[in-house]
Amino acid sequence: MPRSAGTLLVLLALIVLWQGLHLLVGASSLASPVQTVTKLAALLATGEFWLNVSETMRAFVAAFAISLAGGITLGIVLGVRKLAGNVAEPILTTLYSIPKVVLYPLVLLCFGLGISAKIAFGVMHGLIPITLFSMNAIRQMKPVYRRTSQVMRLSPSQNAFTVIMPAILPEIISGVRLGFSLTLLGVLIGEMFASQRGLGFMLTSAINIGQIDTIMAIALLLTVFAVTCNTLMMRFDRRLTHR
Amino acid sequence: MSAAASGAKIVPLAPQVAAAEAHARLRGVTRVFELPKSTLHALGPIDLDLAKGEFFSVVGPSGCGKSTLLDILAGLSEPQAGTAEFEGKPIRGVPDGVGVVFQEDASFPWLNVRDNVAFGLRRAGMDPAEITRRVDYAVGFMGLKDFAGSYPAQLSGGMRQRVCIARTLVLQPRLILLDEPFGALDQQTRLLMGDELLRLWRETSATVLLITHALDEAAMLSDRVGVMSTRPGTFIDFVETGWERDRDSRVVSTPHFGDITARLWEKLRIEALKIMSAGKA
Amino acid sequence: MSEKWLRVAVVTAMILLVEALCRIDVIPRMVMIAPSDMVVELGKLLASGQFSADIQITFTNIAISTVLSVLLGFAAGVIIYSLPSLRDAIEPLLASYYAVPTFVFYPIFITLFGVGSASIIAIAVLLAVVSMITATLNGLDRIPRVLRKTGQIYRMSRVKTALLIELPAAMPYLFTGVKLAVAYSFIGVIASEFILSGAGVGYAIAYAYNLFENGHMYALMLLVLIVVTVVNTLLNIVDRRLQARRQR
Repeated sequence: MPRSAGTLLVLLALIVLWQGLHLLVGASSLASPVQTVTKLAALLATGEFWLNVSETMRAFVAAFAISLAGGITLGIVLGVRKLAGNVAEPILTTLYSIPKVVLYPLVLLCFGLGISAKIAFGVMHGLIPITLFSMNAIRQMKPVYRRTSQVMRLSPSQNAFTVIMPAILPEIISGVRLGFSLTLLGVLIGEMFASQRGLGFMLTSAINIGQIDTIMAIALLLTVFAVTCNTLMMRFDRRLTHR
Repeated sequence: MSAAASGAKIVPLAPQVAAAEAHARLRGVTRVFELPKSTLHALGPIDLDLAKGEFFSVVGPSGCGKSTLLDILAGLSEPQAGTAEFEGKPIRGVPDGVGVVFQEDASFPWLNVRDNVAFGLRRAGMDPAEITRRVDYAVGFMGLKDFAGSYPAQLSGGMRQRVCIARTLVLQPRLILLDEPFGALDQQTRLLMGDELLRLWRETSATVLLITHALDEAAMLSDRVGVMSTRPGTFIDFVETGWERDRDSRVVSTPHFGDITARLWEKLRIEALKIMSAGKA
Repeated sequence: MSEKWLRVAVVTAMILLVEALCRIDVIPRMVMIAPSDMVVELGKLLASGQFSADIQITFTNIAISTVLSVLLGFAAGVIIYSLPSLRDAIEPLLASYYAVPTFVFYPIFITLFGVGSASIIAIAVLLAVVSMITATLNGLDRIPRVLRKTGQIYRMSRVKTALLIELPAAMPYLFTGVKLAVAYSFIGVIASEFILSGAGVGYAIAYAYNLFENGHMYALMLLVLIVVTVVNTLLNIVDRRLQARRQR
């Protein structure tokens, strides 16, 4: 396909740019693409690295599960209850736009230094976008769908599973994609500040001892992971909605 | 029913206005679109003469190239073959003295009604006092006086289209091109807007070319109606209505109106059927 | 209007609840100080001028980052829009961009630019610029064709059409990008300061946390919350005006 060929070309250009920048500023400031991949391979071969990965993943999976379940439930409730939704929406958008990092000390003081603080901080990032998107999915559903299912005399459960769910799913998936990225970001920021384990912690300690290749290897791994998951979710969405 | 008995005159297909008098003139105009995998012969060859001050309508099945024809007269697109002239000069780019009203709402949502109407005059760098005078007149003429300070989003579709017409009117065009201007409006509003258009036409003595898919609109408003074929669109019939210059929407209740509409539909039905059986409608 | 009051009531009730829980020591003072105390502390802190330098540097950086993101994002958006093949190639990357936890690049900026405002602004721009690019593309896409045609009818030059028709027509969408750029600049600047920096409000909060100075910490948190809320409210007022004119 020529389209993806163009995308590959742009990616290639970015890698060339990276290499060029590396040559410009020197290896101590910016590792080259080859150095980064080599370092990543070396890290992946050590058991200690996998301990950190699993620590981050445990916190992330727990936080994402809570954001997902809580966000969709809350979003549907606020979508159906019009007044509650109208009251809550501006509050939620304000909460969404504050730099949540300033609240991290509060989280740490409440949950202590440990995995639960990271999970809580991940949820703080992921819950609101999923809630907002789910709420809007319900609110913006075409009224004619509801009337159609009434005319066809569908039962409430038939209505929920055969009409409402498919109608709102694309919007919800958009919210979930955003929630996924932000939850990951929240967990990582949580680990970068006041933590003893996880990839975020590895990043901070690598900064302190000036290991630029480690920093870049982890950044590359996280980028590849996040982009892959995001692409899979977009594919899933496109298949469901035939767009 | 024969056309002679109906009272609507059938006109020979050859151009019937002497070349010297033609206000706008098309000869052998053809438009072809190059698509990625094929070429689409959209229009022509078209021969057409518009007499000065004439109200001419074009009806035709969807996709027959009506809008392309209008674009060529407006100088928005150029024919591959043939010539297009306005007031004796070949059309290159948008000619001076031509105004266009589109089907889509073209009012500027960021300007209020008054500023919308004044837009073209300000572009032309006209004296502010004269702008005020003309805008006041056009706003009053189109019944927008009470909405002069309103923004388009606060107006109905019909009102917004009035804004677009007023915006064209203030420039005092000698040829007004209308591309299904009432297509998005409901039937009753359309009839009333048709009256406005007739009033405007009489007032300005401009030449009008109206593209429409509504037979009744064409029959009620026009001096002459051109019927177009399916793609590539060519004129297959011209019908002269014989209305007096001083007419309005009440002509729809006359038997003569029914005759004209019937005559138009007789020709158009065949073309519309072709499109439907080709699965395009 | 009643919804607005209900909202005020809900927020007030929540604050009062926290206040009460703090006063009766269900929430210990070690964890959180009462909201009324936060206000008092903030007043003292602003009066003392102890953190003026930090506050100034933070909001200056946010302003620089916002301006840079909006200008660069708009310019990049226009360029990408005018080169359809480049756009086809870049669009899948843009769609995945916000999946990348941008902050993991902050250490790289530090090694490039050192600890200081340059790194912080770089990370904030990196975070904010893409939403402006996306908003610009969206805005340009949504200019109705008929408005450009109208520009032709008035025989306007390319530049005049851009300034008098395309820009105002795209403005509501562009403003959405501006709003996001502001929000991301706030997040980028303050979070960078928080994680690794030697100055700024974010740094001051982290520093106060490490020294168990809850009074300073909560006062500064409150300051950030108030500023963000006020800025957001102002942006939303402008936004609502612009959106009200959007019609089609």
